[in-house]
Amino acid sequence: MERAEGCRVLHVDMDAFFASVEVRRDPSLAGRPVIVGGAGGRGVVTSATYEARAFGVHSAMPTARALRLCPDAVVVPGDMALYSEVSRGVMAVFRSITPLVEPLSVDEAFLEVSGATRRLGDALAVAELVKARVFDEQGITCSVGVAPTKFVAKLASTRSKPDGLLVVRPHEVVGFLHPLPVGALWGVGPRTEEALHAVGLRTVGQLAHAPVELLQQAVGPGSGAHLRELSWGRDPRHVVPDEREKSTGAEETFGRDVDDPRVIHRELLHLSERVAGRLRGAGHQARTVTLKVRFSDFTTITRSRTLPAPSDVGQVLYDTARELFDALALDRVAVRLVGVRAERLADAGATSVQLALGEREHGRRDAELAADRAVARFGAGAVRPATLLRRDGITGRSQAAPRPDRAPRTTRRDDG
Amino acid sequence: MKFRVAREVLSDAVAWTARSLPPRPSVPVLAGILLEVQGASLSVSGFDYEVSARAEVDVSSTEDGRTLVPGRLLAEIVRALPPHPVDVVAEGARLAISCGNARFSLPTLPVEDYPSLPSLPSTAGVVDSDAFAEAVGQVAVAAGRDDTLPMLTGVRLEIEDDRVTLAATDRYRLAVREFAWRPEVSGLSAAVLVPARTLADAAKTLTSGPEVVLSLSSGGAGEGILGLSGKDRQTTTRLLDAEFVKYRAIMPNESASHALLPVGAFTDAAKRVALVAERGTPLRCEFTPGQVTLRAGGTDDEGQAEERCDVEFDGDPLTIGFNPTFLLDGLASVHTERARMDFTSALKPAVLSGHEEPAEDGAPRPGSYRYLIMPVRLPG
Repeated sequence: MERAEGCRVLHVDMDAFFASVEVRRDPSLAGRPVIVGGAGGRGVVTSATYEARAFGVHSAMPTARALRLCPDAVVVPGDMALYSEVSRGVMAVFRSITPLVEPLSVDEAFLEVSGATRRLGDALAVAELVKARVFDEQGITCSVGVAPTKFVAKLASTRSKPDGLLVVRPHEVVGFLHPLPVGALWGVGPRTEEALHAVGLRTVGQLAHAPVELLQQAVGPGSGAHLRELSWGRDPRHVVPDEREKSTGAEETFGRDVDDPRVIHRELLHLSERVAGRLRGAGHQARTVTLKVRFSDFTTITRSRTLPAPSDVGQVLYDTARELFDALALDRVAVRLVGVRAERLADAGATSVQLALGEREHGRRDAELAADRAVARFGAGAVRPATLLRRDGITGRSQAAPRPDRAPRTTRRDDG
Repeated sequence: MKFRVAREVLSDAVAWTARSLPPRPSVPVLAGILLEVQGASLSVSGFDYEVSARAEVDVSSTEDGRTLVPGRLLAEIVRALPPHPVDVVAEGARLAISCGNARFSLPTLPVEDYPSLPSLPSTAGVVDSDAFAEAVGQVAVAAGRDDTLPMLTGVRLEIEDDRVTLAATDRYRLAVREFAWRPEVSGLSAAVLVPARTLADAAKTLTSGPEVVLSLSSGGAGEGILGLSGKDRQTTTRLLDAEFVKYRAIMPNESASHALLPVGAFTDAAKRVALVAERGTPLRCEFTPGQVTLRAGGTDDEGQAEERCDVEFDGDPLTIGFNPTFLLDGLASVHTERARMDFTSALKPAVLSGHEEPAEDGAPRPGSYRYLIMPVRLPG
C-alpha cells in the first residue's frame, strides 16, 4: 500500500497552543470558546480555541472586539512559564523520535524523519506516533503535515488543522500546490503578492507556468527563480536542528531539610537516573556533570566535573554527582534542595567510546538501555535501581521506595 | 669544604640530581642539593623521601666538608658557567663558586636538618644498561598518569631467576616486556611495583656504564625500596604499595587475524591522518587484504583525512578504531622494522609486537615485547 513513500519532512504545529494548554489546565473549559489574551482596554488575543475561532476570533485581534464577536468567550491571561514548559515537553517528544528537529517557534517545528523511519515505520507512522505521544504526554492536539519538502509539509499541516494529518506524496505535490493562491508560497508577503497580482499571477499554478522573465521582472531575478522552484515543489532546504539544548537537569526540593547523606545519595541516584533517561531519549550524552546544592538558608552552590568520556549512563552521572557531593565534606548540614545537571551535550550516535581493560562487554549502559525499553513497554517504574526499590513485605511486590517527606513542600523541577 | 672540578663533570652530576628534586618540597631543605667532599670524591645528592639520587664525581680537593645549597639555583648556575675549571669553597654560611671570571655566592640551607639518604638495599642482580633502558622505556609508556589510581602509575617488575618481566597498564593499553639478567643468587623470585616515571627516568640516565645493578628490599608493607646503580650514579625509589592487575590473564594468546605493518611508513601515515583527529576522537583502521586505510575526522565541522598503506593482511576485512596516541606510542616502542598486530575482533584488544625477520610462527619469544591496545568503539 502506498502510504508516505518519498516523504521525509514533518511539520508539526500545535492546535491553538496557548488556549489548548489552558483547557488542559482547566478541563471545565473544554468545548467552550476560550481566548488567551489581555483583558484590559488594549488587550489583544494571543490564542483562541477553535470554538472561539468559529465566531471569527483570531490572534492579534483586540480582545474587546473578540468579545463583541463572541460574548460567551472565557478570557484567561497568558501564563508564559507554563507554555514554555509544555513547549519543552513537546520538543522533547520530537527529539526522542529524531535528533533532527528544527523548531520554528514555541509551538511548531520541522522534523526530518528519514532516519527514524528505519525504526518506526514510514513517515506516516512516525506522524501518527508524534500526534499520539504529544496527546498522551502533554494532553494537547497538534496537526502534522508530511511531505518531501519543508514548505509543502508546512502548507499541509495548516491545511489539516485542527488535530489533522495530511500526507502530500511526491507525485501529489504539484496538484496540491497549483490551486493555492500565490500568497501561500514561502517568502510571498503582501508586497510580493501585490506585485504578482499586478502581472496577473494569482495562483501557484499560474506562477509555475508563467515565463520566467515575467516573474523576474515582477519580483526581481533571485526571488523570481526561487518562487518558480517552490511552485514546482522544489525546496532544497534541509531540516537544520537548532542549537542543541545546552544542558538538561533535574532537581528536588525536600519536604523537610535533609542532613542524612544516605537520603541525599539516594535522591542523587534518582535524579541522575532521570537525567540520564532524558539524555538517552534525546540521543545526547553529557560531557560535564554539575551538582547543585541549596542549604536551608538558601545559599546555593554548584560543583562541576568533566567526565573522562561523554556519557548517558545514570550510574556514571550518579557516581560523579555523588563524588562532587561527598567532596563538599558536609558534616550533617541541612540541605533544602539537590540537583543534577548534564551539560555540554554531545550526540550519542557520534561519540566513540574508548574501551578499557577489565570492563564487562555489556556494561551498565546496555542495562540502562534495556531498562528504557522495558519502561517504554510497561510504563514508568518498570525497572529502576534496587536502591530506589522497597520490598513490600506482604505481597512481595516491589514498589518505589518512599521519597523523604514529599508533601507538602516537595517540588520537582525538570527542564530541558 | 674546598674543591676544584671540571665544569662538564660538575654540571652533568648536578643536572642529573636536580631532576629528582621535588617541584613543591614539603619542607624547605628538600629543595636543596647536598654536596659532600671526601678525599678526591664529591657526591651530589637529592632526596624527597620518595626518591633519592646520588652522583659521584672526581675532584681535586683540599678540604673535606658537607653543605646543602638551593638545588635549582645551583643547577642553573652550573649549567651557565663558562668552559673553565670550577672552584667551590664553603665560606661560613655561604658557598662561593668561581669559574673563569664569574663569581657566585650562594646562601646555604641548614645541612643538619637534611634527612639521611636511604642506603642501597642488598643487590638482587645485574642487567645490561642499554637493554634495561630499552625495556623500561617500552613498558613505562603504557603506565597511567592519574595519581588517584596508584596501581596504574607503576611498572610491575617480576623477577623469576634469570628472567625479568616488566608490565604496565593504564587500563587502555598494557605493555609487557621480558628480558634476561644475572641474578645475584639463583632461584631468586620477587615482584614489586615501581613508580613508572621514576623508573623510566632512572633507566634512561644510567646508561653511561655497561651495566645497572638492581637492589631490592621489601621490608614491611609499603617500606620496600628499589635501588638502581650505574657507573658513578645511584638512585633509590620507594615502591608502590598496591596490587597489580593479573595481566597475564588479560594478554590474549590467540588471534583471529594479524597484520604485518611496515613500522616507519605506517607510523608516518598514522601521524598524518591523526592531525585531524581532535582530542578523544579515534583513528579508524580498515584492514583489507594487502592494505590498511586509515581515516580520522568525519563530521561536517571537523577536518577529514585518509591514507592507504600497504601491509600484509589476509584475514577477513576488519575495521577497528584506536586512540591515535595509544597506537603511535606502541609503534614507537616495538623497535623493529616491521610490527605484527594481532586481532580478535573490532571490540577486543589488539596486540602489537615486534616482528623478527624472518617470519616465525607467532609464539612469543623469550625477550619479547607485547603492547596491547584496547580499541575505541566506533560510532554507528
